[in-house]
Amino acid sequence: MRWALAAGAALVFLAGAAEARTWRIEPGPNAQAELQQALIEARPGDTVRLDDGRYVLSAGLSLDVDRVTIRGEGHDRTILDFSNQRQGAEGLMVTSDRVTLRDFAVENAKGDAIKAQGCDQISFIRVRAEWTGGPSPNNGAYGLYPVNCTNVLIEESIARGASDAGIYVGQSRNIIVRASLAELNVAGIEIENSFNADVYRNTTTRNTGGILVFDLPGLPQVGGHSVRVFENRIVDNNTDNFAPEGNIVAGVPSGTGVLVMANRNVHIFDNEIGDNGTVNVMLIAYRGEIPDTRYNPLPRDIVIRDNSFGRVGFAPDGDLAALAQMGVALPDVIWDGAEIYSAAGAPQTEPVRITMQNNAAPGRAPTFLSLGVPVAGAALSEAQPRMEMPPAASVEAPARVRLPQD
Amino acid sequence: MRARALAGFAIAAMALCLAALAGAQAQRPVNARLLLGDAPAARLSDYRLFLDSGARTPNARVTPYGLNTELYADGAVKFRYVFIPPGAQAQYHESEVFAFPVGTALIKTFAAPGADGTMRFLETRLLIHRDDGWVAYPYVWNEAQSEAVYSPIGAEIPVAWRDAAGDEHALAWRVPNRNQCKGCHDRDGVVAPIGPSARNLNRDYPYAEGAANQLTYWATLGLLAGAPAPSDAPRAPDAYAADDAPLALRARTYLDVNCAHCHNPRGPAATSGLDLRLANEAAYSWGVMKPPVAAGRASAGMAFSIEPGHPERSILLHRMESLDPGVMMPELGRQTVDARAVALIREWIAEME
Repeated sequence: MRWALAAGAALVFLAGAAEARTWRIEPGPNAQAELQQALIEARPGDTVRLDDGRYVLSAGLSLDVDRVTIRGEGHDRTILDFSNQRQGAEGLMVTSDRVTLRDFAVENAKGDAIKAQGCDQISFIRVRAEWTGGPSPNNGAYGLYPVNCTNVLIEESIARGASDAGIYVGQSRNIIVRASLAELNVAGIEIENSFNADVYRNTTTRNTGGILVFDLPGLPQVGGHSVRVFENRIVDNNTDNFAPEGNIVAGVPSGTGVLVMANRNVHIFDNEIGDNGTVNVMLIAYRGEIPDTRYNPLPRDIVIRDNSFGRVGFAPDGDLAALAQMGVALPDVIWDGAEIYSAAGAPQTEPVRITMQNNAAPGRAPTFLSLGVPVAGAALSEAQPRMEMPPAASVEAPARVRLPQD
Repeated sequence: MRARALAGFAIAAMALCLAALAGAQAQRPVNARLLLGDAPAARLSDYRLFLDSGARTPNARVTPYGLNTELYADGAVKFRYVFIPPGAQAQYHESEVFAFPVGTALIKTFAAPGADGTMRFLETRLLIHRDDGWVAYPYVWNEAQSEAVYSPIGAEIPVAWRDAAGDEHALAWRVPNRNQCKGCHDRDGVVAPIGPSARNLNRDYPYAEGAANQLTYWATLGLLAGAPAPSDAPRAPDAYAADDAPLALRARTYLDVNCAHCHNPRGPAATSGLDLRLANEAAYSWGVMKPPVAAGRASAGMAFSIEPGHPERSILLHRMESLDPGVMMPELGRQTVDARAVALIREWIAEME
């Protein structure tokens, strides 16, 4: 009988009976068992320290103890390598509150890299999630993946190669994603079905789409709203879409800067958005079936101001490529124009305010196009494009997000 | 009493145990106080749930039970028992797992069946209802089959057997760690039992004194309050038995037992929006024409969880057929494909309109 029980080699420094302990883990043949044992036996307040080196792991790890910190020696020095993973749907799963993950990397997980589910005050600090072979539909879906969480902090982190979203925050509330790098993913950063998110000072580049703000029907939490996207560099997101078909992001055109689908009260300001081959900012309604009376598929109360737009529309992809072939110059900002949607067999609407203010584009004026589709989900053949900017409107911005752990 | 538990199973092994028992200490009751303690006992035998340290013969008040449709576990054989403390009763519920009183222990041993009819015990999982909720404790058996020790970080045990369908399984049996236990036994973030519901228990069991309906038997023993006559209680079919119920009911029952412990509105997979409980009547949320949410590459290029008439275009079936850890469902607890279930679900989707 071959036991996977830990050899007990993990050093435990006791600093007093009830004081927080530090578990020290080193790479090696017993690392899987030692690390998982530490994550199970840790008590609230403990720190699990990962020495530098490459940890070759065969099974996903999990943490379900509150107030634990997992800390490495740097995301370039402490690497949890799941290339040989045989078990577990993610590299690391966290299901407890007030957990901090810092200074380590998760590479080549078979599913998602780091998932945090149902957590309060989850922090990712200088963490890297990466599929090292570059873009591939065989990569895992999400890099850093908090879902159904409150008070999410992701900062100075890196996500590369995700076949869905590098940094994905789903069905959560009170979120900060800042000073992070997302590249070579299908979606760089995605905020989905979430309330109150500040996404700022990030760089998203070489993704298919830079930053996505989505709301989808049929999930426990719907009605995404109150998202601020500001002071980001959202440039050169022209990687071919490599998402497996069937996934919602498989429909994101290569060359998209920011994409808002459904959602209410999204403010996009003070960003540098350019060198995106299709469009710098796209606002569209959800086009699928809506089996959900709680759901509104329209993007509404959207403010786009004080951004610096760069080159755009030079390599259009998807439905918009057809438009470009008809001679329509693709603009910085494109809106499908839908102000009506169909739910429960009846047309629905509510005031849709889309406003652009004080944006700049070096050497030219910022451009805008409404496709003028009559109803959410209508075919592009029914579009009645118009280029006039929408009327100025005043839309109060959501309050700055504050987190207890920040 | 001694012969009751394993009637029909492992006769040879039991004979050995009974021989050992002849010289054993006088029968002492289950250590109910230890079950309610703050910490797990180091050894399974410490609880005295069984009369022998090999756990072949249950103690008084430890009652074996079976389920109409059980969770697929690579064809391992499972022995289930319930212990309810004296004076207490489980409360019947028509659709949910019964409300078991504090002090209850649900005991499940996984065994590798040998060609000669013997059973090699691999692990025994305890779910204990304490004052502050349920806890899950895994115990791993030694090679001599004389003792199982508490093993919160899991274990791997190389085994081989031939299952009921005749398929050979050779694998490293994975004893789940404590977090993985909760990965399935999770309701609103706390540990909860899954199996013992009225519809899954409503069947005969071959007790030593003869076959009897389990609901009736539990009620007669005073273990269960509020139970109606079995004919008035719901009954899940055996999902694999084509003559036991219509195809759709067997398919939905299989998904209910094997998936709905996560895929329910209060379970770990609630965020997917896929609710596979038998009681869920909204076809979209049990998968019909429902697009995936966070499936990633597990969608394999398909647009819907279930596309009626097209099993080959249904993500749900694809994930049941996969062994890739990033694709397969359930995420834990199997290393082989449940071929009979794949055939069942394929036929169901193919005939669905």
